[in-house]
Amino acid sequence: MSGHYEAPIREPLILGDKSYHDITEDIARPIESKAGKLWWFSFYIALVAFIYGVGCIAYTVGTGIGVWGLNRTTNWGWDITNFVWWVGIGHAGTLISAVLLLFRQKWRMSINRSAEAMTIFAVIQAALFPVIHMGRPWLMYFVFPIPNQFGSLWINFNSPLLWDVFAISTYFSVSVVFWYIGLIPDFAMVRDRAVKPITKKIYSILSFGWGGKAKHWQRFEEVSLVLAGLATPLVFSVHTIVSFDFATSVIKGWHSTVYPPYFVAGAIFSGFAMVQTLLSVARKVCHLEDYITIKHIEYMNIVIVVTGGMVTVAYITEFFIGWYSGSRYEDFTYFSIGAATGPYWWAFWLLILCNVLIPASLWIKGLRRNFLWTFIVSIVINVGMWFERFDIIVINLSRDYLPSSWTMFQPSFVDVGIFVGTIGFFSVLYLLYARTFPVIAQAELKTIVKSSSEGHKKHHSEHEHH
Amino acid sequence: MNTTKTIIYGLYGDDDLLLDGVKQLREKGIQIEEVYTPFPVHGLDKAMGLKESRMSEFAFLYGSIGITVAGLLTWYTMNHDWAQNIGGKPSFSWGENVPAFIPIMFELTVFFAAHLMSITYLVLNKHFPGQKAQNPDPRTTDDKFLVELTNQDYEKAKEILIATGVEEITVKKVEDEKVD
Repeated sequence: MSGHYEAPIREPLILGDKSYHDITEDIARPIESKAGKLWWFSFYIALVAFIYGVGCIAYTVGTGIGVWGLNRTTNWGWDITNFVWWVGIGHAGTLISAVLLLFRQKWRMSINRSAEAMTIFAVIQAALFPVIHMGRPWLMYFVFPIPNQFGSLWINFNSPLLWDVFAISTYFSVSVVFWYIGLIPDFAMVRDRAVKPITKKIYSILSFGWGGKAKHWQRFEEVSLVLAGLATPLVFSVHTIVSFDFATSVIKGWHSTVYPPYFVAGAIFSGFAMVQTLLSVARKVCHLEDYITIKHIEYMNIVIVVTGGMVTVAYITEFFIGWYSGSRYEDFTYFSIGAATGPYWWAFWLLILCNVLIPASLWIKGLRRNFLWTFIVSIVINVGMWFERFDIIVINLSRDYLPSSWTMFQPSFVDVGIFVGTIGFFSVLYLLYARTFPVIAQAELKTIVKSSSEGHKKHHSEHEHH
Repeated sequence: MNTTKTIIYGLYGDDDLLLDGVKQLREKGIQIEEVYTPFPVHGLDKAMGLKESRMSEFAFLYGSIGITVAGLLTWYTMNHDWAQNIGGKPSFSWGENVPAFIPIMFELTVFFAAHLMSITYLVLNKHFPGQKAQNPDPRTTDDKFLVELTNQDYEKAKEILIATGVEEITVKKVEDEKVD
């Protein structure tokens, strides 16, 4: 059919001569087969890290925030660094599933499910930090607009910290819904194949009775489109609002008008890096080489190059304006000569190395299409983006307006433990997901078999020549 | 009164054949009860003559409710019930404070639109946890496409189905207590 035509010079997005049934088999295999040694080994390590993190959180809550490395000058440290880092990681998921859906990008179909899962799991980690940072998490309900025991004292809707509460909870819940609506037909696929009664029962509950009626598919597509339309501005709003936490303050180095777009670009940059890291692993472990091809990796690398470029421009702007303003206080902001040569010089240069210099190698096509190099660069960017948030918070705070109060920040073992714990928690969730959920949106993927798979492209061109 | 309902299932192995089959069945005056497919087949809703979905209209309505709630909430808490002077920025009228309320209004609009629309979608589809599978043949979530016809002239329907390349035809007679 003419609707299925796609130029033969376009690289296929599904390798091999796949039929619809082959896709079902390939996607259901990791769920139906037993977990391998590598999975159990990773799961065990992640679980240990998670439990250690839970212990550190319990210690913090039981004893008080004093067990962290904070001091009177540096009163935000690893907690908010980790919060912003995790929220940022979440952004690629929504970007891939929502923005690329609106742009009708077919390459999103192999990766959107896992990217959305990553979003949800990352936002869970992020949300932990503001809660434990409160010191008294049992009073958390104070952030919601509900009448409390002090009379009509309401939450402050002028505060960016409150906007955060609304932004993160909307982002999280909308992402979960978007993800779940997409999962329903795929759960039905697993349900209809299930042999064991217990599996059948579980997936029956998860699939909500989905049957693939024409009317339901029509609604499904419209709901997906509208949710994508709603989630797209949400991607931008969430990190913009996170940046307002800093930008609307009066701390030098923080009250910067470039922050909203710069934070959004940085979030997409780090989010795509994390997608790259996770998918490189998932591809190998779940044997999805035919679906997550080098072309997918290259497309993601292009997004990384573009957003990395935006971030670099923002760095240069910050550095230049810091110097050009002529303000003494700007000499110690996280992008200034003071930062590059001062006590946090190592953090400054690590940021430049990880976020500017090493990712620049992806401009070279050969490196952009190299799995191993891509995997290494993705981890480097994750580290670099963590340091970016660390620099913003700690370098800016450590040198404040009064030289007498200048201090350094030293994380305690609890700071480190909670961070390691969230990485463990995230990995536990992701590993469980990879074993129990269809990791690729197979129903959607089947719609492009006739246009973008290697087999169909071959048949098509042979048919044309004879 | 009990009536016997005849259900004819035509199973296709390809979406293009299905689309063609649906068009021909309709052209020849056969009414299609339902079509089950493993993925959204583009153009199927038009071929079947389905009405356009109204999910986006629902979303707009719910979004409007969301922005109204956000406006009322910010006005009531910040300007009406307990107006305060915060950081030299007095909160005595909603109009003066609206820039600070825009993030909340945006988030609540999205929140209401997305959630209420999704709930409406599930309710209209009769989808809820524990619901029995709605597809008569489990292969329709894998790689097969099923056309369901009820109370049709069996011979005529069979002839058309075969001509359009159907793989399998099944006939089921069910006691139906409800009269259509």
